[in-house]
Amino acid sequence: MSLVEICFWALSFVTLVCALMTVLSKNPIFSAIYLLICFASIAGHYLLLNAQFLFIVHIIVYSGAIMVLFLTTLMLMNLNEETEKHKPAIARIGAVVAACILGLVLVSAISKTALVLPQNSGAVDIGAIKVLGKILLNEYFYPFEFISILLLTAMVGAVLLTKKEHKITIK
Amino acid sequence: MSLLLNILQVVPMQYYLMVSAALFSIGVLGVLFRRNAITIFMCVEIMLNSINLLLVAFSTYHNDSNGQVFVFFVMAVAAAEVAVGLAILVTIFRNIRSVDIDDLKALKN
Amino acid sequence: MTGLYILILSPLVGFLINGLLGKKLPKAVSGALSSVAILVPFFIALNFFLGFNSGTQVKIDQDVYQWISIGEFNIGFGLLLDQLSSLWLIIITGIGFLIHLYSVSYMHDDEAFSKFFAYLNLFVFFMLVLVLGNNLLITFIGWEGVGLCSYLLIGFWYKNGAYNDAANKAFIMNRIGDLGFLIGIFMIMFYFKTLHFGALKEALGSVHVSHGLIIAITMCLFIGVTGKSAQLPLYTWLPDAMAGPTPVSALIHAATMVTAGIYLISRTDFLFLQAPETMTVIAVIGAATALFAATIGVLQNDIKKVLAYSTVSQLGLMFLALGVGAFSTGVFHVLTHAFFKACLFLGAGSVIHALHGEQDIRNMGGLQKNMPITFLTFLISSIAIAGVPPFSGFFSKDEILAAVFEHNKVLWAVASLASLLTAFYMFRLVFLTFYGNFRGTEDQKHHLHESPWQITVPLTVLALFAAIAGVMGLPEIVSHHHWLKSFLSPVLTPNPHAGHAIGNSEEWMLIGIATTLALGAISYAFVKYISKKELPAAEGTLTGFSNLVYQKYKIDELYSFIIVQPLQRLSVTAYSLFDKVIVDGGVEGVAIAVMSIGKRVRTIQTGNIGYYLLMMVLGIASILAYVFLK
Repeated sequence: MSLVEICFWALSFVTLVCALMTVLSKNPIFSAIYLLICFASIAGHYLLLNAQFLFIVHIIVYSGAIMVLFLTTLMLMNLNEETEKHKPAIARIGAVVAACILGLVLVSAISKTALVLPQNSGAVDIGAIKVLGKILLNEYFYPFEFISILLLTAMVGAVLLTKKEHKITIK
Repeated sequence: MSLLLNILQVVPMQYYLMVSAALFSIGVLGVLFRRNAITIFMCVEIMLNSINLLLVAFSTYHNDSNGQVFVFFVMAVAAAEVAVGLAILVTIFRNIRSVDIDDLKALKN
Repeated sequence: MTGLYILILSPLVGFLINGLLGKKLPKAVSGALSSVAILVPFFIALNFFLGFNSGTQVKIDQDVYQWISIGEFNIGFGLLLDQLSSLWLIIITGIGFLIHLYSVSYMHDDEAFSKFFAYLNLFVFFMLVLVLGNNLLITFIGWEGVGLCSYLLIGFWYKNGAYNDAANKAFIMNRIGDLGFLIGIFMIMFYFKTLHFGALKEALGSVHVSHGLIIAITMCLFIGVTGKSAQLPLYTWLPDAMAGPTPVSALIHAATMVTAGIYLISRTDFLFLQAPETMTVIAVIGAATALFAATIGVLQNDIKKVLAYSTVSQLGLMFLALGVGAFSTGVFHVLTHAFFKACLFLGAGSVIHALHGEQDIRNMGGLQKNMPITFLTFLISSIAIAGVPPFSGFFSKDEILAAVFEHNKVLWAVASLASLLTAFYMFRLVFLTFYGNFRGTEDQKHHLHESPWQITVPLTVLALFAAIAGVMGLPEIVSHHHWLKSFLSPVLTPNPHAGHAIGNSEEWMLIGIATTLALGAISYAFVKYISKKELPAAEGTLTGFSNLVYQKYKIDELYSFIIVQPLQRLSVTAYSLFDKVIVDGGVEGVAIAVMSIGKRVRTIQTGNIGYYLLMMVLGIASILAYVFLK
């Protein structure tokens, strides 16, 4: 078993376990922490797949921005273990069964499908920042610009939504 | 380079598919399992990440960078989505003092 | 051609103006406008007629535009003007104008004055379409149009329920006939591939069809005719149609519309001549109707009802003439009948007007002093219809009787009996109405007056024609030139079945018999109602056969019993069983099922997001399973 293999299995294990712990932890704060580790391991996967640019972006966006948002919100709401309620048993069993069915369907669909993969020569370092940067600003120039507008819009929207005056009345 | 070639040889694509499927299913389980809207949000992020992982893996195995560009966009959209979504949750929390989805039954009646 | 357009469109314009702007126009303008809308066509028609008579006018048969075109089959919206239609044009527009003039005075106090004239103009328009159509479909349009106007005008005083019923009756009775007509048209269309009269005549020679088919087609057309022209068994609507204003009775239900059947048969005479069996049926039904209606007329006490039955009876005589193949004779009687019957109706209207709506002859009498012109014209027309020489009715009726005599002696006897009864009941009417003492109320007596000139002028003109119109067809023993026969000879097919003309001595004998019978009937009426001063029996005192006749042979009741009631029972059964149980049950059952399912299914919609998500995941899983694992 090579080092790469060991890395893959270890990372996969950590990813899945942490994801599961995110789901199962009673305390939302713990969920968020496990999610952070999960994201970090996914970042490891990216590195393993030689996607350096995405590795960095992932760390910044998920582990940085999104996790901070989650944690801030959680703290703002002051949610903790005591306030957390579980669903009724029947709903939880239903959830597990449904998820298992979906997982089984996906796994069996994947195993039934024959993958057609070209022989990768590895000649071009496609994950490199330089390569991706060129593609982004040439072929994907307009989507790239639109994404920036989308983010701006989302920012404005988020600010607008959380302003005090806009009271949404829910019965 | 050697690392990359190595992984292409020792880890079949199927493994990544399986890991992604498992991760996605866990995300689904979380969405169904939890009542806290923020945790559900986190599980949605897990699902998104499982797809991202798959895209990157395919991109690498096919030696095609378009997949990675796509992941980049997904991340951007996810960031926007989280920002707006959490803003909505904050507003809801401000109004009903809860982000429990079982309390959100305004759709009925 | 331009003249023809003006002729046919002028009444339509009158209708549109009166119908759309009528309420805003003063009554005088409205009446004058619609009268002019008929007068203009009259002059054009007169011009055509004189042209035909002198031989300068040629036949017009032209499509205005292509109307229906399916593959090889074409129907044009075409007009046909020839000797036959020009005669009808004269009648329609000439008498139509007189009746318009009459109506101006007669309807003067009616609140729906302009509506009346709009309908009347529309009627004239449709009648012109009927007469001028160059194919059966155009004729059918006119046919239906006049039926509609007849309905509208019978039910003109729509606030009276009985009048509405009469209008419905007329309409429905006509529908039954029209169905026959329509089937006849379809059959002609199917087998001859044309509806154009001229083309049809040619096709009849070239297309080989079985004799039975010709009989079927002609019988279908004749069924249509019995409806429109009030023959047995569809005649009952006409007496009820007297519910309409009197000018309407005169124009539509005496002079023009009811003679449409005779027009149609004369127009398609080539077809009828191919089917001697149908001709026999027509003759028998005509004779039967003539006698049947005449017997009813003898005992009626409503002045308009008497005239109505008289019309049915006279129409029967016309069909008898057609049935024995004497088409020009039938047309001749249409012409004379139009004059004297219109005059009689208008005279009756004048009387009713003077008596403020009184129609029962038992409450009249002695009106000759107060209404001399009405009396005189009424008398002349009565003599004409009774068949006393030398008034017009004598000549046309004599011609019919002569034609029938050489064809079948039994039918002749029936027709003679009908004429005898006609003479009797007409003079019964005259004597009871105009002679003796006035039997109405003092108030009515006080207001007795002669009608204004708008009423007396039409009466005088019509009476004049009723007296002299006989010159159109003087019998052979008097004159060698029968004007009408030669006038119509280019249009009508010569009857191949006609026997040789009867001899002079027989002709004189027939004239003698007819005149004797008429004079005898008049004398009997004179003795009965003037010398003995008898009055028709009061309501409910008649017994036996006379009571049956008085009740119009209870034909209405019979129809009600054998057709209406079973239909009604069927409808009720269908309503309560089929509609209520099966249809409603089915429809409501579906609704109830949906509602109860909805009530249960509604609980699925918990409003719980978690639940929705669960279902969504299961749905996605099943779709994936279906797509990838099947």
